[in-house]
Amino acid sequence: MYAQQVKSTGARVKSLEEMDAQERAFQERIDAGIKIEPKDWMPEGYRKTLIRQISQHAHSEIVGQLPEGNWITSAPTLDRKAILIAKVQDEAGHGLYLYCAAETLGVSRDQMTKDLLSGKAKYSSIFNYPTLTWADIGAIGWLVDGAAIMNQVPLQRCSFGPYSRAMIRVCKEESFHQRQGYDIMMKLCDGTVEQKEMAQDALNRWWWPSLMMFGPSDNDSVHSAQSMAWKIKQDSNDELRQKFVDQTVPQADYLGLKPPDPDIKWNEARGAYDFGEVDWEEFFRVVKGGGPCNKERLAARNKAWDDGAWFRDGLMAYAATRDARKVAAE
Amino acid sequence: MSNEWPLWEVFIRGQHGLSHRHVGSLHAPDAEMAVNNARDVYTRRNEGVSIWVARAVDITASAPGDKGPLFEPANSKIYRHPTFFDIPDEVGKM
Ligand SMILES: [Fe+2]
Ligand SMILES: [Fe+2]
Repeated sequence: MYAQQVKSTGARVKSLEEMDAQERAFQERIDAGIKIEPKDWMPEGYRKTLIRQISQHAHSEIVGQLPEGNWITSAPTLDRKAILIAKVQDEAGHGLYLYCAAETLGVSRDQMTKDLLSGKAKYSSIFNYPTLTWADIGAIGWLVDGAAIMNQVPLQRCSFGPYSRAMIRVCKEESFHQRQGYDIMMKLCDGTVEQKEMAQDALNRWWWPSLMMFGPSDNDSVHSAQSMAWKIKQDSNDELRQKFVDQTVPQADYLGLKPPDPDIKWNEARGAYDFGEVDWEEFFRVVKGGGPCNKERLAARNKAWDDGAWFRDGLMAYAATRDARKVAAE
Repeated sequence: MSNEWPLWEVFIRGQHGLSHRHVGSLHAPDAEMAVNNARDVYTRRNEGVSIWVARAVDITASAPGDKGPLFEPANSKIYRHPTFFDIPDEVGKM
């Protein structure tokens, strides 16, 4: 999802009998639903997995500002522009809550930034697709934030206190994001033939990448079992993907739009929609850097970091000089 | 990369009459900027009427290992709670 490629320990989940006393006490706390806080003892694998997951999640929020930021200066009305700015600013906030949660585990902000800028750290594949028309802003709010909500709601119950608290804040803000997107889609579908076509075209391009947000199919997610035992992850990728399809297909119906998948069909027996197979080759290609905008996104983040260096350093120098003067005056 | 802004803990008073509550942390070069950044990061939807910031390094916290010695003594002192005492109904509200 926002953290699609989280490597856990890779090892088989240990049974309580196989654990030493400390680890067993830790697992029993988790099983009892007691939150783990930063200063508590934790297995190294738990710490590392969380750092990977939370920082990937944070990077996704930050990079996720770029495709939408692209339309701020071209929003069709002043109202839409103000709303989009507020939405993108929220995403910046989400990134900051999450970086802080990761920092409590002993990794520095600069280290995480460095890993993002060098391409070592991952972020969600969805943000490597371009926003070609205004309808894409509607589709992103509706589908991408919709998928994000589906993933983030269970993360509010994550075993790690700071991550869980960050998710609670994020979830309070997300529903505005999805609704403003759907509102854009409703307006377009209510408009001229060309506007409705634009909405359909955006759905065509964002549908499959949105389904990919939930990460590889359960058969291929080798790292899920341990994360579930640690309650870092609550639902499987395929379960969440199914939930998303079931929620979204009727919403597309309401708009009079069709997801670009001929296999979508209500399955009475399962009480769910059947749907086609995601193009996993495309998914892995985009994750590995081969998406339409991977280079552009990383270049934009690197430029922002480099261009801001004089400002960051200047403010630090100013604070240091002022502190020194204060000490001298005392 | 070496010149990282220090970390600040942020406390917000949600409404008049309530105490400040820890809401999270952020990086800023100095206290003034920390307050400004806290406004943007933690009060975008009227979540507060007052902000405190304190440098994270200046906060002293109790260690998880001290939980027993610090907090267990209170467990046995149930007489500190009013429900410990049975007062007959005839006495009225107390
Ligand atoms: Fe977000
Ligand atoms: Fe969002």
